[in-house]
Amino acid sequence: MKKRMAYTALVVGVLSVGAAWAAEPIDTRTRLLAANCAYCHGPDGKSRGAIPSLAGLEKGYFIQQMKDFKSGARPATVMHQHAGGYTDEEVEKLAAWFAAVK
Amino acid sequence: MTFNRREFLKISSAAAGVAGLSPLLAQAKGKAAKAKVVIVGGGFGGATCARYLRLWDPSIEVTLIEMNKEFVSCPYSNTVLAGINKLKDLTFGYGGLKKAGVRLVRDEVTGFDTEKRRVKCKSGKTFAYDRLVLSGGIEMRFDQIEGYDAAAQKTVMHAWKAGPQTATLRKQLEAMPDGGTFVISIPPGPYRCPPGPYERISMVANYLKREKPKSKIVALDSNPDIVSKKGLFLAAWKKHYEGMIDYHPNSKPSRIDAKTKTILIDVNEVKGDVINVIPPMRAATLTDWAGVRTDANSWCPVDLRTLESKAIPNVHIIGDSISAPTPKSGSMANNYGKVCAAALVELLNGRSPESVPVITNTCFSATSENTAMHVADVWRMGDDGKWVKAKSGGVSKEESELEWQYMAAWAKNIWADTLGL
Repeated sequence: MKKRMAYTALVVGVLSVGAAWAAEPIDTRTRLLAANCAYCHGPDGKSRGAIPSLAGLEKGYFIQQMKDFKSGARPATVMHQHAGGYTDEEVEKLAAWFAAVK
Repeated sequence: MTFNRREFLKISSAAAGVAGLSPLLAQAKGKAAKAKVVIVGGGFGGATCARYLRLWDPSIEVTLIEMNKEFVSCPYSNTVLAGINKLKDLTFGYGGLKKAGVRLVRDEVTGFDTEKRRVKCKSGKTFAYDRLVLSGGIEMRFDQIEGYDAAAQKTVMHAWKAGPQTATLRKQLEAMPDGGTFVISIPPGPYRCPPGPYERISMVANYLKREKPKSKIVALDSNPDIVSKKGLFLAAWKKHYEGMIDYHPNSKPSRIDAKTKTILIDVNEVKGDVINVIPPMRAATLTDWAGVRTDANSWCPVDLRTLESKAIPNVHIIGDSISAPTPKSGSMANNYGKVCAAALVELLNGRSPESVPVITNTCFSATSENTAMHVADVWRMGDDGKWVKAKSGGVSKEESELEWQYMAAWAKNIWADTLGL
């Protein structure tokens, strides 16, 4: 019985992982793009200093800031040089990615 | 809901097929399904690659071989020469990687068998791999400068690998009399950290201005001009250190005399109270042992999408050792570590790696005790496998105190990201 309980616990874990994968495969491209933000903005977008965190930013806000950096509407020290290197689609996916970071 | 053992095994093997094998599932299947990645070198490239491999696929067994007990950051180490920071502020253990499930081995690599896929170490141990990642950084070419032999290397520092060299150069500067001359020799490109020599000039000048204001700096640059952030450095030198810095382009050293602290440029002898000679560089020695240091200038040609060697299969090279148009910086090594980790996760699971990676570089340079500036660029992979640099990149408009704060944050964040702090 004890053994069976252990298997049950294991299987629940397995199923939830399996279900997550089946429902929504991980977007590995966005995961890599987002990871490359970390060396300035901190692991998972959680900054340890004066550079702003990205984790948990509202999606619409993130997209608008990136657009404004790109157009020059929001003056920047560094970010206008980065924002110009991403497509609108990539910005949208990155916005969703960081909005989901708890 | 309960499952019996048979049902569980059915589900687990199905899930394993979908999800990439977790160690638990691999064990449950009763197979040794773990893929083995061995990484040599725990700098910005190797440490990042190790951490992200474990993060993105915990079923992969990651072994990191590093000869040093601790990580010492090259970026920021010029502030130690200025007396602003201490070496211990930029020194970190590898505990964060251990927590991430990386198998840490403190040893020195002595050779490779790339056919049998084995790494040999000084201790006599060997490590088998499915994929090998070399992140050894750079080799100093002392042989390119006459007189820069083993004896000379005891007193003439390059301090281009942070650690004991940095500490010794700082001591030499402390012992220098007021009114003395600091001479720096800058190597021909490509070398590690393009703006680094000019930041060093700024930081040594900062120290001398505060503590030994009658002193001078002579900069002997092997290159025809300031390699990086030229306008910004010239403006900073004029603003903070006017009259202190004597800069000479096209000044490649042919010989040094460690005893008399003399550098010979053509027929001209330049004497200093402290000389800091940074020799020409090429890819780390171990890349030669692996047979991947194959371009004409002794760097490693790689497929930039996967960082796999163009010469030897299953051997990947990241960081300063590669032949690429991107700068040899800590930021780039961190990025390449991730591109390589992402590609390895796909390859080891039988899938195709990302075909259009995007990488970025952001490098800050200190210009005084509270000002800094930066260069930032974005590269996107083109159809031909070469990087295409975004037009939006560039440098600061001017140095600022805000950028000193950003630089400090960058340092904390990249250390945390690289080492799992």
